[in-house]
Amino acid sequence: MIASRGRLPEDRTTGWGLDRVTVRFGRLTALERVSLGVGAGAVTAVIGADAAGKTTLLRVLVGAVRPSEGRVRRPEKRQVGYMSAGSGTYGDLTVDENLAFAARAYGLSRGVARSRIGELLDRTDLMAARRRLAGLLSGGMRQKLALAVAIVHEPELVVLDEPTTGVDPVSRAELWRLIAELAAAGTAVLMATTYVDEAERAGSVLVLLRGRPLALGTPEEIRRAVPGELYELGGRIDDWRAWRRAGRWRVWSPDGRAPEGARLIEPDLEDGLVMAQLAYEASQPEVAA
Amino acid sequence: MLAMALKELRQLARDRRTVAMMIVLPVVLLVVFGYAARFDIDKVPTIVAGPAAEEAASNVPSRMDVIATHPEWGRDQAIDALRRAQATVVVIADPQHPAVLVDGANLFGAQSVLRALAANPSLPKAEVLFNPDLATSFVMVPALMGLVLVFIGTIVTSLGVVRERQSGTLEQLAVMPFRPRDVFLGKVLPYFGVAIVDLVIVVVAGLWIFGVPFSGAPWIFAIGALLFLFVALGMGVLISTVSQNQGQAIQLAMMTLLPQILLSGMIFPLDSMAIGVRWIGYLLPLTYFVQIARGVMIRAAPFDALLVPMGMLLLLGVIVFGLSVLRFQRDLAPSGTGSRHRRSEAEASA
Repeated sequence: MIASRGRLPEDRTTGWGLDRVTVRFGRLTALERVSLGVGAGAVTAVIGADAAGKTTLLRVLVGAVRPSEGRVRRPEKRQVGYMSAGSGTYGDLTVDENLAFAARAYGLSRGVARSRIGELLDRTDLMAARRRLAGLLSGGMRQKLALAVAIVHEPELVVLDEPTTGVDPVSRAELWRLIAELAAAGTAVLMATTYVDEAERAGSVLVLLRGRPLALGTPEEIRRAVPGELYELGGRIDDWRAWRRAGRWRVWSPDGRAPEGARLIEPDLEDGLVMAQLAYEASQPEVAA
Repeated sequence: MLAMALKELRQLARDRRTVAMMIVLPVVLLVVFGYAARFDIDKVPTIVAGPAAEEAASNVPSRMDVIATHPEWGRDQAIDALRRAQATVVVIADPQHPAVLVDGANLFGAQSVLRALAANPSLPKAEVLFNPDLATSFVMVPALMGLVLVFIGTIVTSLGVVRERQSGTLEQLAVMPFRPRDVFLGKVLPYFGVAIVDLVIVVVAGLWIFGVPFSGAPWIFAIGALLFLFVALGMGVLISTVSQNQGQAIQLAMMTLLPQILLSGMIFPLDSMAIGVRWIGYLLPLTYFVQIARGVMIRAAPFDALLVPMGMLLLLGVIVFGLSVLRFQRDLAPSGTGSRHRRSEAEASA
């Protein structure tokens, strides 16, 4: 966890979640002492690069992967909804049939299933496509169907693995509306994402780096907790850790010292994540090349 | 061209199962064909019955292997013994009514006996039962029914779980409140229904087109066929659980079919095989279906005479079912299922 400039709690173990969970696959450690609370009525985001351990974390929480160490708190199986990264819908079943299968699998009675499916088709704007094969839907529609399948049984905990990856902006906005509605209705939502703007909308964010928790808190807390200062420059300068954004260069100064000609700026979440990663790497012992 | 060949070689080297098949299969084929592909039966199981059984037993041709003598038996008991496949030949050593009864359902055994008897005119003329003309179709069609069913059943079913794995829906199933056995049975049952329709079509076509008799009780055949289907489809599911993609699944399914064709007694009689390969035949479901189908259709064998093949199919079914469920347990329920999920759960380990 990054050194805290503001006050960042070590772990938040309210509601469902993980307590100091480690997952090993043979000699590979996919997650190391990760703690995370997923509270009801809120969206919690897990953000990290590819292979950061996001999917493993989600799978541990839903019970598809057994932790090597640590504790998992989740509701009973019927109260968990999961949308896997591959969408998890049957391409050779229609929209209706996919939803009906999930409804039956979760033990919904015929009448309840029918009204619930109708309601979900309305909310997801899939009513007109209800008889279409899921395999023939556009990427955005298929993701909306996958979300509907994951929540058909009105679970207490909904876990979504990159629900908006590869989806057009309009569908992304619609998916976000649906996710926000879920949280507003009191559901605990945990989602993995690679998009910083999505993480910014979440109530709290866990940042993972190579299976380790790098930061945990609200987007605001994470922004405030990053060590050092952030400066902006028109061009790149040597010997400073810098990255390019919107045609300008951002420079991280761990000790607050200002590069020449640079302007001090307030980091946003994206900057905060880069700075947290740089701080983590700076804290690691040098490895001889 | 070289770049293409190198790329192909690299891909091939990564696909270990294909490499193994390309290297191991020719050797297996050669060995199996060498030891199994024999039509000649050197020793034909023979029972000598009738009042003069003891003396007659020492006078039968050497090809006829006397496994028992029953001086008290008459013709009815002799026919019953053949019906139950206790022997291929029964010599009735009765000075009043001498006879040699041969089981025509055991085609190669019967032919072997007839040749031996032709060279020994002192014995009475053989009487071939159940398949008097020694028609090949009578013997092959019941076995082919099994082959067709195992071919369709295993291959089609083997794609079932792989499809789920490839489309990412297996993960979804893992989270749904299913028990591994629910998934196994849920996977097998629809194919089971289709396979039963297939079975009826194959039997009717076999009887109608090839004129194969159906001498026994249909209910005995039905029980044997259902047990056989359960094993064949279960094998498909098991293959599916150990395969990563549909290509691998089909490859494995084909690899289970080949030994069933060669070693089940369908083509080459089990009795003529070297013991080193014959035991493989005893592990294959088709072996027992062939015994049941020929027994019921041609010899009208009673249920108790088929208890061994029925029991073996049941045993194989339980093993296949058990292994499949274990594999599903790994894929679907790493954190356990059942009562632990009834209430909110906390999972802890050291």
